[in-house]
Formats: sequence, C-alpha cells, structure tokens
Amino acid sequence: MSRLTRLRQIAAAFAIAGFGTIATASADTTLLNVSYDPTRELYKAYDEAFAAHWKEKTGETVTIEQSHGGSGAQARAVIDGLQADVVTLALQGDIDKIAESGKLAADWRTRLPKNATPYTSTIVFLVRKGNPKAIHDCDDLVKDGIQVITPNPKTSGGARWNYLAAWAYAHEAFGGDEAKIKEFVGNIYRNVPVLDTAARGSTTTFVQREIGDVLLAWENEAFLALDELGPDNFEIVVPPSSILAEPPVAVVDANVDARGTRAVAEEYLTFLYSDAGQKIIARNYYRPSNPAAADPEDAKRFTDLKLVTIDDPIFGGWAKAQPAHFADGGTFDQIYKPGQ
Amino acid sequence: MRAVAALRIRKPSVIPGFGLTLGFALAYMSLIVLLPLAVLIVTSAGLGWSGFFAIATDPRVVAALKVSFGLSLLAALINAVFGMIVAWVLVRYRFPGRRLLDAFIDLPFALPTAVAGIALTAIYAPNGWVGALLAPLGVKVAYTPLGILVALVFIGLPFIVRTVQPVLEDLDREVEEAAATLGARRFTTIRRVIVPALLPPLLTGFALALARAVGEYGSVIFIAGNIPFVSEIAPLLIIVKLTEFDYAGATTIATVMLAISFMLLLLINLLQSWSARGRSRG
Repeated sequence: MSRLTRLRQIAAAFAIAGFGTIATASADTTLLNVSYDPTRELYKAYDEAFAAHWKEKTGETVTIEQSHGGSGAQARAVIDGLQADVVTLALQGDIDKIAESGKLAADWRTRLPKNATPYTSTIVFLVRKGNPKAIHDCDDLVKDGIQVITPNPKTSGGARWNYLAAWAYAHEAFGGDEAKIKEFVGNIYRNVPVLDTAARGSTTTFVQREIGDVLLAWENEAFLALDELGPDNFEIVVPPSSILAEPPVAVVDANVDARGTRAVAEEYLTFLYSDAGQKIIARNYYRPSNPAAADPEDAKRFTDLKLVTIDDPIFGGWAKAQPAHFADGGTFDQIYKPGQ
Repeated sequence: MRAVAALRIRKPSVIPGFGLTLGFALAYMSLIVLLPLAVLIVTSAGLGWSGFFAIATDPRVVAALKVSFGLSLLAALINAVFGMIVAWVLVRYRFPGRRLLDAFIDLPFALPTAVAGIALTAIYAPNGWVGALLAPLGVKVAYTPLGILVALVFIGLPFIVRTVQPVLEDLDREVEEAAATLGARRFTTIRRVIVPALLPPLLTGFALALARAVGEYGSVIFIAGNIPFVSEIAPLLIIVKLTEFDYAGATTIATVMLAISFMLLLLINLLQSWSARGRSRG
C-alpha cells in the first residue's frame, strides 16, 4: 500500500472521527456496502469471511457496514451523497443511474468477471404445500381462478425480473408476436389481486395473509421463506424456463478515492469470485457464477432450467428494456386499461 | 351587518399591534404554506398546458382521483354521523371508562400510519379476525376499495370528535330546557337549537377529515390492493412518477389534487358561513 493511500486513510479516519460516527482505535478501515433487501443474510456471512481474509492478507482490520433497502431507493441515496464504497444492487439500471451522476465509470460492468455479477438468481414459483392448483409453468398463471401474487414493477426492482421472466416465456411461446405476448402477460397481471409496492410486502401477503395460489419470487427469497416458515406449508416450483436475474456489484470510484479505500473495496468485490466467496454465495441460496466452487450439497439445490438473460435480443439489455417496459406508457402500463 | 364589517379591511380596535401581527401572519403563511405550493405549481408548469392536460386527463389518473376523492368524501360523511354520536355520548353521559374511551379517540392520530395500515390489513384480511367472519358472507374488505374506506374512516374519526366535543360541552342544557318549557317538541329542539350550534364545528371536522383522507398514503397502501382502475389511490401514482424521476408528472397530479381539495374546502367554508349567518338570523 502506497504511503499516499495510507495518509488518505488516516485523514479519512480522522474526518470520520470528527463527525463522531465510527473509527475506533482497532478499526483501520471501514467499508460501506450499500445493497438491496434480500442480501442481508448473504452479506452478513460474507462480511465475516472477508474481514478474516483481509486480516490474513494485510494484517489490517476492516469493519464492513451494511445498508439494505429497495434497490432504486438505495441508488438514489448514493447519488444524493451516501458514502458507499461498494454498491451491490438488484438491477444494472440502478448502478447505471449512479454512473450517470459521475460517481463511477460508465464501463463498470467490464471491470469484474461475468458482467460484474458474482452471483445470479432466477424467478421461481412459491406455491402452497402439495401444489393444489397444479402450477408448473407460466401458462398456468393465466388460468381462470388462479391468483398470482407479485409486486408492482413500477415500485419494486425485483418485480421487474418477474415481469421480464413472464415476457421471456411468452416470447418463446408465441414466436415473438408482440400483441400476443402483451395479452399473455396482461392476463397474468389480471390474476393479481394485490399489487404490493415491494417484494417483502408480496411475501407477507402470500405467507401471512394467505392470499393467492402462487408467489412469483426470487429463488433465494423462496428458499429463505421455506427456511423460515418450514417446508410444511409451502413448496418451490421451478418452471422449465425463466430469466437470469443478474444483481451486479461495483466499486463507487468517487467515494473510494475520497476515502482512500480503493484497495480494500476492490478486494472486497474480487473475493466474491474466489472459491471461498462462491461457497458462501451458494450456501445463501444465490447461484454462484462458478458452480464448481460450491459445496456439492449446496449446488444440487439449484435445478437446471433454461435461463434467458437481459442481454438476449428479446430485451436488448437494460438500457433498452427499462424504457420499453417500465417507463411511463411502457408495456406494463399498457396492461391496465379502463374497465378491466 | 356582519358581512359589511367583514368586508372592511381594518376595524378600529382598542387592541394595539394590528400592523405587526398581520405582517407576521402573512410572512409566516407565505413561508410555511404558500412557498412550497408555489414550487409545486412552478414545477408542474414546466410541462406546459398540453403536457399538464394530458396527465390530468389520463384515464388512469382520473380513475385514481375518483377513488381518492370519492372514498375520502364517503369516509368523512360516515365519520360525521358516527363521530358526532361518539362526541355526544362522551359529553352528555357519565359512565365508567368514559375518560379511557375519550383518550382512545386520539389513537389514530398518534399511531404511525404504516402501523395502522398493517394492523387493519391483518384484521380485515380473509384470514384475519374480522375478515374471517366476513369472508363466508362474501364480503371482502382488505385489498378492495372497501378496505381503503375502512382505513380512511379510522384515521378521520378524531377530527370530527375533537371539533364537535368542545362546542357540545359549551352548549348549555338550560337552552334545551328553555326550548322545552316554551313548548318545543324534542325534534324541534334538535332542529332549532342543537343542530345550528353543532353544524359549524361539524363542517370544520368534516373538512379536516376529508383533507387528511385525500392525502393519506401510509395506512391505505397496505390495505388497498393497489390495482389500477379499481383500488389505486392518487398518492400512489405520485410515488410511481417519482420512482421514474418524473418530477413534473408527479407535481402535476399533486396540483390537480390540490385544486380539487381547495375547491372542496372553499365550498365547505361557504356552507359554514352560510349556516352561521342563518343561525344569527334565527
């Protein structure tokens, strides 16, 4: 570590101490990871492992602080000045928004392997025990009398993956006929009795209020729900095809340079790709980008299915998909028409 | 006579300090109320008339406004009737636990709105205490417009009770007795003595409850179901516009809501002064 970085670190520590927040004698460095909601458990385990790894490598003690919230709201907080060293959000579009504000380089996706996504997930169905309504694939969601629980993609980042998963299915089923795709996806949303504003709200509606026959959920959330509530009441149905949800990670250049934490922040993200990091990822129900590194019993949980990515020509990447589907007047808005 | 006096800007008064206090009142009102409203209107004006008009007449926005204002009016009406009965019971009768009941009235004020929304949803969901009783009858409350109404009635109740209560306390029973000795029957006493006295505070309470209900977000969002064209409220549309970084669109809906609210409140105030004049004549 260069002398200058060290100096900057000390200066940063003093600055922080001046505000009376953190910085104890033992904490050489603090790192703030601004993340979205369902990663709490993952990063709790990972932060511990990383601190040990950093200590072993450099002899320094690093304290990692976590901030969790809705992905879009977290992005706005960083844009508005939250001193995040790294962001680990749900949507590429949210980190792009931070990049637009100039806090990190526009090519952030190329700086880490696999488009800066050390873990992925997908959208699966959580159904009531025994799957009484026999829901196995997306076309079961449009049937009469099926109630589907999913949040509003306008207000929930995770819900956008749900919407796109349905869209990808319909694209395949109708050979790209846009009118039919819209009708199909619209029919799913007409079976939605409650459009919550966030993913956890939808889980509560489905689990606690016992509304609906199927919850569209992130795979890691579905596993977590099974863990918390016991497998006696619910089961997971993995459809034959779904979308590859890629929650990306990035170092926030402007903040790490100001705080002198670039080295540790970069290592924090790189270590996610190591065998040890991938093991923790798999144990916390995210799909590791290198499945070979995961413990075999964790790896076998993840059913093989056909996964469509956001960069597939169907969507053409976030920069295109976001305005086409979720902006004012986009395909999602077109679903709801008066008197329906 | 009164109307003429009200028109004159300054009435000779023995109390000094008129200029100073009026100046303070105007400055205070401008800073606290008018400035934010001006920013609101300026931001929405960025769209120009056609843009403003397109959003204000968008079918989904119109539907949400109908839900918000229709249910708010209905909730305020329900509260006007039942809040008045509650106030009457609290003032006119003595019974054990009266003070406790009196203290409970303010709970909807004190409770964070999100907590109120979650609690109401838990109770009125089909598997909740009340919802389970209603479900066999085919009545759904949570996740329907009826659920929104329940939440709005809940948050609006204190406004009616707390405005009517003090007036009712000041209303001498002797007046009613005098009416009875003069040969008035009970209904006439209510019509000619009690209602004219209670109408102004009732209208004030109604206006407050209405205004609060129109802007309510926290408690409604959990119980509403939020289905566009059915149970989507206007404040949710504002939030949706904000998540799209569409500040002009959000303020446009806000401005429309503000205009409607202002007209409603103006109407209520007119009713109030009309009823006050009727009373002074009677």
